[in-house]
Amino acid sequence: MAVATTETAELEVVDLETTSVRELNQRLHDLAGAVPGRHRFRILNPSGAHALACGLDAEIEVEIEGHVGYYCAGMNKLATVRVHGNASTGIAENLMSGQVIVEGNASQSAGATGRGGLLVVRGDVSSRCGISMKGIDIVVGGSVGHMSAFMAQTGCLVVCGDAGDALGDSIYEARLYVRGTVTGLGADCVEKEMRDEHVAQVAGLVVAAGIDADASDFRRYGSARELYNFKIDNAGAY
Amino acid sequence: MATDTERPWNLRESYLFDRNVIAEIQRAAREGIYDIRGFGAKRRLPHFDDLLFLGASISRYPLEGYRERCATDVVLGTRFARKPLELKIPVTIAGMSFGALSAPAKEALGRGASEVGTSTTTGDGGMTNEEREHSTTLVYQLLPSRYGMNPDDLRRADAIEVVVGQGAKPGGGGMLLGHKISDRVAEMRSLPKGIDQRSASRHPDWTGPDDLEIKIHELREITDWEKPIFVKVGATRTYYDVQLAVKAGADVIVVDGMQGGTAATQDVFIEHVGIPTLPATRIAADALQELGMHRKVQLVVSGGIRGGADVAKALALGADAVSIGTAALIAMGDNSPEYEEQYRRIGSSAGFYDDYQAGRDPVGISTQDDELASRFDPVVGGRKVANYLRVLTLETQTLARACGKSHVHNLEPEDLVALTVEAAAMAKVPLAGTDWIPGLASPVSAGSDTV
Repeated sequence: MAVATTETAELEVVDLETTSVRELNQRLHDLAGAVPGRHRFRILNPSGAHALACGLDAEIEVEIEGHVGYYCAGMNKLATVRVHGNASTGIAENLMSGQVIVEGNASQSAGATGRGGLLVVRGDVSSRCGISMKGIDIVVGGSVGHMSAFMAQTGCLVVCGDAGDALGDSIYEARLYVRGTVTGLGADCVEKEMRDEHVAQVAGLVVAAGIDADASDFRRYGSARELYNFKIDNAGAY
Repeated sequence: MATDTERPWNLRESYLFDRNVIAEIQRAAREGIYDIRGFGAKRRLPHFDDLLFLGASISRYPLEGYRERCATDVVLGTRFARKPLELKIPVTIAGMSFGALSAPAKEALGRGASEVGTSTTTGDGGMTNEEREHSTTLVYQLLPSRYGMNPDDLRRADAIEVVVGQGAKPGGGGMLLGHKISDRVAEMRSLPKGIDQRSASRHPDWTGPDDLEIKIHELREITDWEKPIFVKVGATRTYYDVQLAVKAGADVIVVDGMQGGTAATQDVFIEHVGIPTLPATRIAADALQELGMHRKVQLVVSGGIRGGADVAKALALGADAVSIGTAALIAMGDNSPEYEEQYRRIGSSAGFYDDYQAGRDPVGISTQDDELASRFDPVVGGRKVANYLRVLTLETQTLARACGKSHVHNLEPEDLVALTVEAAAMAKVPLAGTDWIPGLASPVSAGSDTV
């Protein structure tokens, strides 16, 4: 899924030096159910503001020119949000659908609990990337920090760089793909065979993310399913 | 088995190793896993029973019991929300998940609460259509697991409750054992069917009060500042938690004492973590008053509320409303002697049943088994909940009128005395018959206006 641009879409420029976050978000929320592809926004001077472009529910495009604070694009549906800068904690948290693209780096808990859609971070991501993810696909151009994909339930995390310690701790059914090194795997997370279907899945995701990477270079990690039901013999694994 | 009256007097049971302790040690040795159960703390704890109302006297005029009005309405979320909750009674239904409870049980809670004009609350598992449909006022919980969390349900909720912890297990995550993970529960939680599901104990995208403030801001932005935001904490460091929740921007603070119930938690957690509801209520009210935020940020107290006396005493200590969970289940038929034979078949007995985690509830409340759940009629159950809530309200009004109050919120600590030194210290009211409030530097006269 590539990011689409629509030549006929109306472009609105919103300067956050003169417009409040509340006014911006209300304007974006008022477009719920709008005709797809008709509205584009360019947000100037975000200055690390929190909760930018969150709770959207329309096929609109939002380009943010600068760094964003916590929870940018949180709980969005359908929309495409592109951050031309870095993102703080919880970018695209609980994303339902649509796309969020960060051209720089992202802080911790990127894509946390996301239930659908695609999050792309071209740079590095800090700890807990994809924590408790529930269906979102996340593609990271660089590396991810420790405890990434903690309790990850479903969806895919593709890491083109390295992964920190305790990757996939207490993981459920999410699929983790890492091209570089993994410092350490968390409880019940194991390396798994990279079959053709997995190579195809990675190939599709990196293309959708606009990242140049050879899918066959990645290794796959997932749940050993040993801790799904409590057994006293496994007590030492916790 | 010999009964207590048949047993010879030369046999003496150990206080330290009583039969419950012996049974638990032998169970642990046999099974190799801690005891997981539902219900709440079963140990004796200081509680509202340890307080008494003074009632009217020469210096206080009572209201006529059947003639003079004693209002019970409460508004929750007046601080920032554009649409606060307007409830007719100061008793709400606490968060209990679909998963822990059957769908008909959740529906009954909604029906009962709606019938008397109060709210009910979702739980760790998301919002079902049944409970939304049958709940006039529904509070939607944002929990660490975020199971089923979605912006559509946030918007169709009437309020949002950020759950930091609960009284039965402050610092612990939720738990739903495999036999209760049905197809529907699994789908709502995005989990494989039949696994032992252990929810996270921390939120995935915020840590600490500064982050919480930003999280609340995000929730307000997503819902266009319409919904009241509650913050629920298990009672532990209550003074600091309440003040930090105020600082973080909460509209309503829910403090759940250690008697608060659960569907499944380790017994050691239920009995040994947290502080009782009695001191937590007073501490929370004091923390709000110190900030000048009492009645501006509303306080809801839960954990062991059983009757109107508990409600009235919680309000007198400063709560704006109370919340019930276990009592609502009991009102619907949980632990009823009517089911004694079936309780016996699963190794329990009416009045003792606490295996909510097992999913074999013969009443059909704490189960995901279709056959068991079908035994429970949500219309009848809803009616029982409504009746029970009406009784709680009538009892609260009776006590308030006796103290001369035209609104239940006019009850105050000055109306109370304590039966025990512990309760006097915890509630900061005088020990009955004395002017002594343990822990306060300057004793004051019982019944004076300066307490």
